[in-house]
Amino acid sequence: MSNEWPLYEVFIRGQHGLSHRHVGSLHASDAEHAIQNARDVYTRRKEGVSIWVVPAAQITASSPEDKGALFDPADDKVYRHPTFFDIPDDVGAM
Amino acid sequence: MGDNTLVLGQRLSEWCGHAPALEEDIAMANTALDLIGQTQLWLGLAAERKGQGHSADDLAYHRDAWDFRNLLLVEQPNRDFGVTMMRQFLFDCWHLEALKALTAHADAEISAIAQKSVKEVTYHRERSTDTVIALGDGTEQSHKKMQAALDRLWPYVGEMFTADDDDLMDVAALRPGFDAHVMASLTEATLTRPDSDFAHQGGKTGARHSEHLGHMLATMQSLPRSYPDAKW
Repeated sequence: MSNEWPLYEVFIRGQHGLSHRHVGSLHASDAEHAIQNARDVYTRRKEGVSIWVVPAAQITASSPEDKGALFDPADDKVYRHPTFFDIPDDVGAM
Repeated sequence: MGDNTLVLGQRLSEWCGHAPALEEDIAMANTALDLIGQTQLWLGLAAERKGQGHSADDLAYHRDAWDFRNLLLVEQPNRDFGVTMMRQFLFDCWHLEALKALTAHADAEISAIAQKSVKEVTYHRERSTDTVIALGDGTEQSHKKMQAALDRLWPYVGEMFTADDDDLMDVAALRPGFDAHVMASLTEATLTRPDSDFAHQGGKTGARHSEHLGHMLATMQSLPRSYPDAKW
């Protein structure tokens, strides 16, 4: 049996209106502890306004071997990109 | 106030690179830095009010143990992680009550320092409380260590509420708030408050510091005393 605390993935929202972004992972005894650790490890320099933590074991990831089947077919479907539309300047960042 | 934060900040810094987990190491260093930051404000104000051209650094590095006015609790050695966290918990509980009282102080500069510090210390108390509860109500061994830490440090609680002429606030009035949080937390941590209210005295008056303070200051002050012109 491992003596390590469980692994949590940490997501930080940098400012209001933006999405939470994955910033890294850490060990903690439970979710509340993970929030505190994330605060201390990842927001020391005012990086965020909100923290999410997720047990790493709860994340289901795609397999690197499936990369070809999953992602390559999108390569030649340029018409799926919205580059054919004129976007008014007023819209701002999308 | 500034000597408490300076001495405890220095004590916590001793853990840097040695804590039982990376995350705890960073968290303790953060707390230490908060306390040293508060020290700069308190000792900066004290030096200014003294009006002899001294700086916060002069007060931190060029006074001897008998001139320090910190509580005996904060100069106690780290020993193990449990003792360190229990010391932190007991101090944070007093510190938060003290800062809340000082936010209403008539002196605007004192009140401003308290208002800035109270946010930091609210987090310190949350973190140390959770750790004391987790370890107290943890394994048989962690429970035993936390109870031993509480028994060891409880005799240093009484001094926090012993009034003297230099107090910035009515320290006896802080006790109910302290007791409420401490007792609720200890209950949750399945720890037993020691029966005896015997209290060591002499830290905040400077009359009887423990032998630990001198050793700590020797380490902390050696560089600026050996090289008085050293600059960062």
